[in-house]
Amino acid sequence: MDKRLEPIVKDVQEKFGATLAEFREEAHLFVAAEKIVGALTLLRDTHKFELLSALTASDYYPQTTPRFHVIYQLSSVEKNLTLQVRVPVNEANPQVPTAAHVYKVANWREREVFDMFGIVFEGHPDPRRILMPEDTVGHPLRKDYPLGYEEPQFTFNFDEIRVVKPAPKE
Amino acid sequence: MSQIEEVSVDQFKHLVSERALTGETMLLNMGPQHPSTHGVLRVLLELDGETIINCVPDIGYLHTGVEKNMEAKTYQKAEVMTDRLDYMNPLGNNLSYVLAVEKLVDLDVPARAQAIRVILVELQRIASHMVWLGAFGLDLAAMSMFLYCFRERERILDIFELVSGQRMMTTYIRPGGVWRDVPVEFDKAVREFVQMFHKRVDEYERLLTRNPIFIDRLVGIGYLSVETALQYGVTGPNLRASGSDWDLRKARPYMGYEQYDFNIPTRPEGDTYARYIVRIEELRESLKIIEQALNKMPLGPVNSDNRKFVPPPRAEIGVSMEALIHHFKLWTEGFPAPKNSVYSAVESPRGELGMYLEGDGGPKPYRIHLRTPSFDNLAVLPEIVKGHLVADLVAILASIDIVLGDIDR
Amino acid sequence: MGVEQKLGNMGVVTTTLENMVNWSRTNAMWPMLFGLACCAIEMMAAQASDYDMSRFGMELMRASPRQSDLMIVAGRCSKKMGPVLRRLYDQMPEPKWVIAMGDCASCGGVFNNYAIFQGVDEVVPVDVYVAGCPPRPEALIHGVLTLYEKVKGDTFKEYAVKYK
Repeated sequence: MDKRLEPIVKDVQEKFGATLAEFREEAHLFVAAEKIVGALTLLRDTHKFELLSALTASDYYPQTTPRFHVIYQLSSVEKNLTLQVRVPVNEANPQVPTAAHVYKVANWREREVFDMFGIVFEGHPDPRRILMPEDTVGHPLRKDYPLGYEEPQFTFNFDEIRVVKPAPKE
Repeated sequence: MSQIEEVSVDQFKHLVSERALTGETMLLNMGPQHPSTHGVLRVLLELDGETIINCVPDIGYLHTGVEKNMEAKTYQKAEVMTDRLDYMNPLGNNLSYVLAVEKLVDLDVPARAQAIRVILVELQRIASHMVWLGAFGLDLAAMSMFLYCFRERERILDIFELVSGQRMMTTYIRPGGVWRDVPVEFDKAVREFVQMFHKRVDEYERLLTRNPIFIDRLVGIGYLSVETALQYGVTGPNLRASGSDWDLRKARPYMGYEQYDFNIPTRPEGDTYARYIVRIEELRESLKIIEQALNKMPLGPVNSDNRKFVPPPRAEIGVSMEALIHHFKLWTEGFPAPKNSVYSAVESPRGELGMYLEGDGGPKPYRIHLRTPSFDNLAVLPEIVKGHLVADLVAILASIDIVLGDIDR
Repeated sequence: MGVEQKLGNMGVVTTTLENMVNWSRTNAMWPMLFGLACCAIEMMAAQASDYDMSRFGMELMRASPRQSDLMIVAGRCSKKMGPVLRRLYDQMPEPKWVIAMGDCASCGGVFNNYAIFQGVDEVVPVDVYVAGCPPRPEALIHGVLTLYEKVKGDTFKEYAVKYK
């Protein structure tokens, strides 16, 4: 971990009770869901992490507590630092307060996470699906959502697939 | 197959102004099939006369499920997906993914492979800017730009074909190095291209930079301040045209970018014209990097000799039992990666292209998230088109250089 | 100047109406300016300087489906795009043809998943499939010429059945 990151991490740990994990020189801070907006605001205003590089999630199905991690990847343009903030989310109540007013980019990124994982961002200004059609059932990037693999057509199963495969009207 | 849904204004009520509901302003749909949306972007515009009041981009028409599909493949096989993600920049995507994998499994790359990667990625940056410049010219009714730019792009694709056998989707950069060493003609081909291209950039500038029609349509259009840009996560040339000099090649050098001498072109204006100038300057800087990398290119292996991750060369398989086993294991099972996550980012022609990669101890990635620059660059569009004319939207959209494959993934 | 110089003075040429119609159709086929993904870039390359598809009467890409008679589905077709693609096809005037360019449009290609149609032939009827990921511009031109061969063999009787 970068030396310059240590006081920042310490600050967040003291104010928001975060825990730290490190891997390959990267710092991962674990923050509780209800404190995330405060932590992000602190990081943005006091510690100059003005760029939210990525906002995504990861699904740890079949584990239920926590089932998801919401991941905020922050960059500081001024200080040239990166920091990852992770928020564990339980399956029973997949809700995180929205960060759309802290970082405007979070608006679309949170819509994407909602679309793909079904994690609801409370207070989001525009809670619609963003990538999938509106009538989609389920959330594709959850591990219990099937990949949707379709059997390729070879010589040995040519006829079976020909029967099954939908064909368009002229 | 689901039908096209009938969309009512109610769904967009919170995104358009009150006047749209009374019919005072007009709602106009643009796309998904529209020549100037650069693919299948759909934009809903609220217009007062010809002035844009609100703009609601609708994306997802090219949603490919890349992330989910990559989770179902081994680390080596998942790489082919990254090529097709941002199809203007296949080698850059490869590099981003490969760097993430190398960081996850802690794999070193020989110096020669690094130099080859830098040359190819910078060539790819030029090719990407060529397509951008061609399409930009086309959108502003400068048809000849399109023909000129594609002429030069073909020369770059010829070099890619020379080294990898494919024009676009090369998958040439592999974990631990590159697929194989470059052929002997590579050096000459690249030098010829660089020499020729210096003159060509001047030629483009003669055509466009001081063209009065061009300037009239671009200067002062689509102003983006650096604060807004950072708030929206805009990176790459779009951010640099607003005055910031944030470039990951300088800020967090990877692949030995620290040994090359190049500048980061920036402009303070933040308008469409500045974005054009920055990209043109980037072409020259890329040429500088390519020349230096060619001159410095060391001899030696192009692949790591860590046989747990890199397959042995063909010649070794015939004489060494161990090599045969490694080969078999790597192509049937793949290599395991630790149960943890990394985030690595590179500077793609459009901005910060990041990969969040999570392993679970097995041979398949547990979770991949592609932090694609166009997604955030497009998110800022509603902010910067407000108050402009519809014709300006075309110029702004072209200038922020979106790639739909990059946005929808 | 013109055709007489090349062919000599032919006087009267006799042919069937079918041949005549098919010949004129093949020599002025207007594709729709419509790209989905990677292949669209190669389609643009096929139109541009090096390959120059206008040699085959295709220099005019129409941005409107109502003015075009060939749809080149260049790239992967997602589930969200499918209905739109079908609507575009329905808007094209008859007779109309479809080329599925590239592996994704032909059979789903590498993307065998929930989001992509496994072949655009589930949405619109396809006349010619062009393989490759993405196909080279030459391959696309070959695909177009193959379509020409197909069109030249068409008969009015078939049209009557097809388009009732």
